This record gives sequence, C-alpha cells and structure tokens, in this order.
Amino acid sequence: MATRETPKHDALVAELKNRFGAKILDVDRSFDDCTVIVDKASIHDVLAFLKNERRFNLLLDIAGVDCMNLPKFRERFEVVYMLYSIPDVVRVRIEVPVSELDLDIPTATDLWKSANWGEREAFEMFGFNFVGHPCLKRLLTHHEFVGHPLRKDYPLMGGQWCATTSDMTEELNEPR
Amino acid sequence: MGVKDTGFVGFETKNETGLITTRLDEIVRWGRKNSLWPLPFGTACCAIEFMGVVSSKFDISRFGAELVRFSPRQSDMILVAGTINYKLAPVLKKIYDQIAEPKYVISMGACACSGGFYDNYATVQGIDQIIPVDVFIPGCPPRPEAILHAVMKLQERIDKEPVPKRGVHRRHEVVEKLRDT
Ligand code: SF4
Repeated sequence: MATRETPKHDALVAELKNRFGAKILDVDRSFDDCTVIVDKASIHDVLAFLKNERRFNLLLDIAGVDCMNLPKFRERFEVVYMLYSIPDVVRVRIEVPVSELDLDIPTATDLWKSANWGEREAFEMFGFNFVGHPCLKRLLTHHEFVGHPLRKDYPLMGGQWCATTSDMTEELNEPR
Repeated sequence: MGVKDTGFVGFETKNETGLITTRLDEIVRWGRKNSLWPLPFGTACCAIEFMGVVSSKFDISRFGAELVRFSPRQSDMILVAGTINYKLAPVLKKIYDQIAEPKYVISMGACACSGGFYDNYATVQGIDQIIPVDVFIPGCPPRPEAILHAVMKLQERIDKEPVPKRGVHRRHEVVEKLRDT
C-alpha cells in the first residue's frame, strides 16, 4: 500500500543515492516508512543536505539502538535521526551504524537546535560521543550516575544512589 | 456521650467559671492532629488525585488538612504522591530535612510505596529507603477516600504519640540519653 508520502520518498531516495553513492549503505521501505542507512563518515553531509537543500526543518528526535544479540546487524550501535519537513509534509529516518570501538560521531547541533538535548540523551543512554556538542553532559540521569543504562549489558535494575541535588545553571548560562 | 469520647479535647473539668482545665500534651496533640499542613510532593499521576481530595467534592479541610503549602518550612506533613527516581531522591531527602519537627510522612500510591511497576535503573523502590514513612496508601492511584483514611490514621497516631519536651527540658532529655549510650 502506498501513502501520500511514498512518491516523495521515492524521489528523495533516488536523489540521495545519486548524490552520495556508496555512502548510502541501504534503504529500508517497510511499513511505508523511509529509513536511509548512512555511513558514519558522511552523516553530517547528508543531514546538512537534507536540512539546507531539502527543507527538513524539524529534527523530531535522536535515538540510539543497541543491536547486541540481534540476529543481524552492521555494528553494535545505531544512532537514529527522525526528520520531518513541515513545508513538504514528509518524514524520513536516518540510521547510522556506530562501532563499539569508535563511539565518536559529529554533532548535529549546528543544524538543528533541538539536537542539543537529543544528543545529550543519546550520550547518557548509550555513550555516543557527539564531537562538537557545546555541553555534552547527562540530561535525564543524575550527574553522579555511572554507565549507560539503555545498553543491553547494563543491569536492568541497576539503580544508583546519588548524594547531591543538581541544578541547571550551566544550561541557563549557555549562549542561545 | 462524654466529651472525651468525641476525641475532641481531653477535658478533665469544666467548672462554673467557664474555665477549662486539661493537660498540656493533650491540647498540643489536639492542635497538631487537627491542623496538619500538607506539603504535596507530587511528581506523577497520583498528584492529580490529591487535587481531587483538596477540592470541594472530597474536601480534606473537613479533617483540618486543607492548608496546602509548597514550602517545607511552613508544613508538617509531606505527602509524597508519585514516582520518585534516583535523581529526585536527594531532593526529597533535602526537603524532608527542611521540615521542622514534628513532621509526618504519607507515602501515596504504589510508586512512592514500592516503586510500583517501575522496577528499573531509574526508580527508587519505595521512599522508605530515604525517609521514615508514617502511613502508606496502596493503589494506583489511590481513591480520594483512601487519602482521607490515611489522614485519619495519621491523626490517630498523633493522638497516641508522646509530646516531646521543649527547650531546655528537651535538651536535658537528649543529654541524658547521650550520656546513657
Ligand atoms: S501509583 Fe499509579 S497513579 Fe500513582 S504515580 Fe504511580 S503510576 Fe501514577
């Protein structure tokens, strides 16, 4: 079944493949969604292209996936960007495989402001290092928390007692 | 019905001059239990239920506990309503420490009592691991009647507790206790 977004997805995928060639590792069109799997080396170029030339002006979310114990996967982790274009009414999902041995990935905060907290959350939950992020520290868990709780090798009930209260002075003083 | 049976004040005599005599700790307890000032530590859905208890339909002011304060320095009953996670635990402890004695704690709902269905890296498995709790209310969320019941239970408890000595007498008591240990 096709939706109203399907022709837009077709055009976008053709364009991305044409422009980035082998850097587009794969495309997944199941469930009428459009998921583009991109090589880490050119993720920032792809995101900048989508933002500046294809009007994807909304970064809905940044998520992480731990592929440990999955039947098939490229690398241990994936970073997932959910993008939406308000003028064109189309959404696309960008996936980047990230190796356990090299967790560096370029930041998207220079493209979308909303990447700031999204990347902080992905950092604390999975331990990705977003290179160039202005304030890469824990967002939801306590600053004394050790480890990355959404990794599959983190104990499910591994609560950690924290002794101090924390405030948000650093965030409030951040330049906007 | 004797006056004492109503649980009102422990009147002992009322003579024709209109003077009432009673014991000091009786009247202190009576005052305490009938004017609990709650501090709603509401962090999740249970706090919505607490709003129902305060408003006209259930009306917690019938039990003298309607004066909701958001400062620990002005309240003596902290009502923990909602999920408490490990990041919030030091905050709850700090606020509890800031309440002046005498202070009472009601733990409202499955989350505050035991972590509820959140058994994971983030949620404290019961606030009694951080602060002493006087009354637990089960339920997810508890009915407003259950909260009123908890307030009544707390009042019963206050009615039985000894009133500690104050000022210099209290200090003597503490010093004696320390000397014993
Ligand atoms: S006990 Fe239920 S209603 Fe209360 S905070 Fe927890 S989940 Fe919400």
